[in-house]
Amino acid sequence: MVEGQRGPLHVTGEVLATRKVGGYRHLTIAAGEIPQRFRAGNFVAVSVDAGRLARRALWIHRVKEAGAYGPTLDVVVAVTGPGTAWLADRPVGSRLDVTGPLGRPFALPREPVSCVLVGEGHSAAPMLALAQRLRERGCVVNLVVAAPDEARLLSTLEARRSARSVTVITGDGSVGLRGDVATHVAGVLDRTDADVVYAAGPVSTLAAVAAAAEQRGAWSQVALETPMPCGTGLCHGCAVPVIAEDGVARMVRGCVEGPVIRGDRVHWEALA
Amino acid sequence: MTGIEALTQAGQVMVASGCGGTGRELGAYTDLTGLAFVTRSITLDPRTGGAMPRVAETPSGLVNAVGLPNPGLEHFLATELPWLVRAGARVFVSIAGATIGEYAELARRLARAPGVAGIELNLGAPDQLGEHLFEVREPHHAAGVVAAVRREFPADLPVLAKLRPDHSRVSEGARMASEAGATAVVIGNTVPAAMPDGRPGGLSGPAIGPLALRCVAEVSHALPGLPVVATGGIASTEDARRFLALGAHAVQIGTALLHDPTTVARVRADLGTDLREDSP
Repeated sequence: MVEGQRGPLHVTGEVLATRKVGGYRHLTIAAGEIPQRFRAGNFVAVSVDAGRLARRALWIHRVKEAGAYGPTLDVVVAVTGPGTAWLADRPVGSRLDVTGPLGRPFALPREPVSCVLVGEGHSAAPMLALAQRLRERGCVVNLVVAAPDEARLLSTLEARRSARSVTVITGDGSVGLRGDVATHVAGVLDRTDADVVYAAGPVSTLAAVAAAAEQRGAWSQVALETPMPCGTGLCHGCAVPVIAEDGVARMVRGCVEGPVIRGDRVHWEALA
Repeated sequence: MTGIEALTQAGQVMVASGCGGTGRELGAYTDLTGLAFVTRSITLDPRTGGAMPRVAETPSGLVNAVGLPNPGLEHFLATELPWLVRAGARVFVSIAGATIGEYAELARRLARAPGVAGIELNLGAPDQLGEHLFEVREPHHAAGVVAAVRREFPADLPVLAKLRPDHSRVSEGARMASEAGATAVVIGNTVPAAMPDGRPGGLSGPAIGPLALRCVAEVSHALPGLPVVATGGIASTEDARRFLALGAHAVQIGTALLHDPTTVARVRADLGTDLREDSP
């Protein structure tokens, strides 16, 4: 019972390009028909060197449905351990087992509303494609990109075409506003009269964004980065505590019921 | 032996408990038609599962302290089981309980559920104490569960007893489970281990393959008539053939699916070819 065109695929991909951008490594991967099925907020699970069984979950940064090498996808690798270090070292031509697109993507509003998109560090990766999709729908897009320092700030050059405003926040103040998302987000929401807020980043940032959205009556959708051993829903290893629509607290799988979850559904106290 | 024919019919590859999601997720990568699918362990009441992190990576293995999250029998029967049956899977429901009475109750209610191909008893899981499960210290504890379940479950449907891969006791455990009415024994399970922070967990993956092979070899040798379903570190057709050559009747694939969700489809296709080539 294979799902339709939206279902995930497991393919052997090939690294077509690798670029060091600031503190991250961008990989362009030929990955079968995964790019055609992509929606903003999806991720891929990638295998790393032999002997490491857990997959590495990476946001799909952008896709090209047609190019010289056919459909490709870009991921942003932040080195956090030996598995991601191995990935970041892959030379052009390397084979990679890639599964995707995975996870519940960002839900798009039906009406052309005012949106704020918050991305912190490498987690800003899915915001580029989301900004484009929202712009196509006539939404006003205001982008907030944050990082501890300039090296870990994802480039917003492309997104600037889709965004009415771009707010840059760095922890050390090297670019843009000094401080963190929690400090500045309420001001951005007020200034832009936001109806919907999308966020990807560390849990503390997501909690702050969800709280700020709730306070001013905006919807929020947060993309959680739970450690995902498989990424495909098979292992039940990436539990996220939520308060379901029936008001009951339960655990859901971050990879299947998430990674994008309504901010007011996440049981933040249990997640901390 | 009617019960075990249900296994062979399904081919010789099964999905191991706890590694196939609810079935729907695996269905994206594998045709479930005719596939023997062992569910994650179902308990009478819903369980939220253990604290995060639940899985840690080790060389050639995973340690898990997932803690048997499941929606409870009621919800499973209402939603997950009908989906699996409709998808054409041969559903083996893994069950776990805090008492022999709970195992018997689960079996009694599954006996009336349409589409259940068999039961697998989760016995002696590495985290049984922390998870308040029935404690299987001695082979007779496992046999007690088998006997109680057998009384409640139709005689023509298989009851698989999943035993701990402890080679010093596994043959004795298999013999007693068989005498108590188990159709087949599943050898083995994850191996008791610790998460990096010391919480009890179970080690799985290629790291435990040779341990499982030793246990399967001993049981096959000691009890040549008893059907053995082998599991533990099987990640390729070559691995599966090694277990089958030592006398295993079927194999289960678990952790390998977390690394590559197409593993079952591939091994199943390869072994299916073997079977056809073997027939005259």
